[in-house]
Amino acid sequence: MYQDVIIAGFGGQGVMLIGNVLAYAAMEQGLNVTYMPVYGVEMRGGTANCTVVISDEEIGSPIIYHPKTLIIMNQPSLEKFQPRLVEKGLLIVNSSIVDESLVDKEKYYALAIPVNKIADELGDIRMANMVALGVWVGATKAVELDMVMKSMEKHMSSLKKQVVENNKKALLEGYKIGSGE
Amino acid sequence: MDKNRERMLVKGNEAIAIGALDAGVECYFAYPITPQSDIPEYLSRELVKLGGEFVQAESELASINMVLGAAACGKRAMTSSSSPGISLKQEGISYMAGSELPAVIVNITRGGPGLGGIQPSQGDYFQATRGGGHGDYRTMVLAPSTCQECYDLTIEAFDLAFKYRNPVLILGDAILGQMKEPITRWKQRTIDPNEANEWKLTGKKGREQRILKSLFLGDGEMEEHNMKLWKKYKSMEQDLKWEEFSVEDAEVVAVAFGSIGRIAKSSARKLREMGYKVGVFRPITLFPFPYEPLRKLAMSGKRFITIENNTGQMVEDVKLALCGVTDTEFFANMPGKVSTPEDFIEPIKKMF
Amino acid sequence: MSEVQEKQVFSLPKCMKDVPTHFCPGCHHGIIHRLVAQTIDDLNLQDTSICIGSVGCSVFIYDYIDVDTVEAPHGRAPAVATGVKRARPENFVFAYQGDGDLAAIGLSEIVHCANRGERVTIIFVNNTVYGMTGGQMAPTTLVGQKTTTSPYGRRESKEGYPLKMAEMLAFLEGTAFSARVAVNNIKNIIKAKKALKKAFLVQLEGLGFGFVEVLSACPTNWHMTPLEANERVEREMMEYFPLGIYKDKLKDKK
Repeated sequence: MYQDVIIAGFGGQGVMLIGNVLAYAAMEQGLNVTYMPVYGVEMRGGTANCTVVISDEEIGSPIIYHPKTLIIMNQPSLEKFQPRLVEKGLLIVNSSIVDESLVDKEKYYALAIPVNKIADELGDIRMANMVALGVWVGATKAVELDMVMKSMEKHMSSLKKQVVENNKKALLEGYKIGSGE
Repeated sequence: MDKNRERMLVKGNEAIAIGALDAGVECYFAYPITPQSDIPEYLSRELVKLGGEFVQAESELASINMVLGAAACGKRAMTSSSSPGISLKQEGISYMAGSELPAVIVNITRGGPGLGGIQPSQGDYFQATRGGGHGDYRTMVLAPSTCQECYDLTIEAFDLAFKYRNPVLILGDAILGQMKEPITRWKQRTIDPNEANEWKLTGKKGREQRILKSLFLGDGEMEEHNMKLWKKYKSMEQDLKWEEFSVEDAEVVAVAFGSIGRIAKSSARKLREMGYKVGVFRPITLFPFPYEPLRKLAMSGKRFITIENNTGQMVEDVKLALCGVTDTEFFANMPGKVSTPEDFIEPIKKMF
Repeated sequence: MSEVQEKQVFSLPKCMKDVPTHFCPGCHHGIIHRLVAQTIDDLNLQDTSICIGSVGCSVFIYDYIDVDTVEAPHGRAPAVATGVKRARPENFVFAYQGDGDLAAIGLSEIVHCANRGERVTIIFVNNTVYGMTGGQMAPTTLVGQKTTTSPYGRRESKEGYPLKMAEMLAFLEGTAFSARVAVNNIKNIIKAKKALKKAFLVQLEGLGFGFVEVLSACPTNWHMTPLEANERVEREMMEYFPLGIYKDKLKDKK
């Protein structure tokens, strides 16, 4: 089993958080995993992306030029990473703010999901990242949903219980979409 | 894989800090510099909690000399920095090598020359493996490529430092320092109060005065001292470390260290999927360098390509290892460029 | 014929080795070494002392004072002392530095060591020149003083002014004791010894950083006879470097 993903967006969209949540879940599931963050120079509002590699074998590179899957949270990230995705690779795009017409649906297995809108309807637009992660987990089944839930609880332990519950809902909502339910 | 082992997801930098704690580090002195500041941040919190000493020194010079002082007292002492900071520490490292004082020095390298940048680079290979400061000395150099190795080799570095009474360098880079990976903590923190009993300074009560110094002015003294040190450096070969990845049936072997070593493994896997028999030879001790193991591989008729995140430093050691048997190609990923497995595929393919 | 009763009133300090020193005739280092050794004896510290040797004329201190010693790179003795003290707070830790070592190349280390209030004691020998390297200009060289690298005399317009370390360090909160003394005559030697004792005591009592600057003669590099050099200490140095106690937390404590 081998899977990799580049998660990219604006700083502040929580792409690093879902990268961490995913990596931790994979570890808890007994898999090998690497998480590699890349920051823009700015602390807020800049671009941010991270790469997560998951495998049941030893992992070589934590950095991938041609990823198998992408989670794209904003327009600049689409422009930067779409051409690098492997053919037929999974391309999850935040269609709430990304121009869907630029998504190459012929070449890639593209899921244009309005994750901002979905999160907003669930009560907080800031949970868009969790919706996107849910879609990815649903579509790849690379890690178990339960593990991701547990990992989320750990990463959000400082937040109010209700906030965590809401985020779980967001994750689940995305998972359903990703699984094609 | 053993699912029962407790694993933690940490950055390479943190893995080094945790390794140091479990190795029994008692004194850690440092000056902040990117991309290794996770280490002082972690140890200023966790080491102090355990009763250890942390000083954020006023300079790199001061921090290495605080380490020198603590090492003279036989304590497990450490400092960490990144390339420009390590340059500043060279004075102290030279004195420690001359005075035969053990310590662990961590270099999470960044690009240079000068201020360079915080992007990845392996540009400090020469500095690390050739002593780095003035005088004819060596420090042992360990180059981890995973977060688990960051932890394991930090523990080992302390043992080796005391075994040889010599500074030991951990040479990592920005990729390794910043990436996260699960590690298993296998060592319980222990402190041996009797370590270095035969030479450490404690005050002279009940014995002769002890002097730890690197000044040798007497007739023949310096020559004798250098001879002793040279023999010691030679003896470090008993602790050579390297990894061979899919080399057995390989026609081409990529030689790479640290994070580039692990990235090259991914390249080798991809190339094998395409039908090219590629392996990876990854030196773990950079000083002493595993000349003999590499030479042995060469004897069996393999071809070599050295890959580095610099313009060619370790390749000189590889050439020395292969000398008279074969030669090595060289592929340079410039300092500042983040290497990916895809980068190495074409240059390796060309050798078939 | 009456028997002569002999009573020894003066002897080598216990922790001082009975060997000839390498110092030039008329140099004050020998006296200062002796005062340090006596203070170690008086406070019974030989067994627990760790000395930090420095680079300069005092580099061989371990050959004269019989205590555990580690040698520091040029100027770094206060950083090494910090490492030693942090590693072994139960030991008495002192360093002995010259003016090039402490006030030029090691200025950063001494200031921060004092400012942290490290429980260490530093003896600073100010003789206004680099002695061991051949009489070059020091940060303490007096204005107008000729040295091998200030052949026209130190010019304030180009080289600035001599650093007054005892005053500078007294200003820092971490400093518990700072004094400037001289050993050019008996009276001053007695005062110097008292100051040394206090600089030791502030460490032992955990009050902070202890510092004594000692004005010292260097007949060789001053191109003077020992007597002339001794006179210069009083005549020229003390005018710019006034003797005195600039900080004393021991006194304040009482």
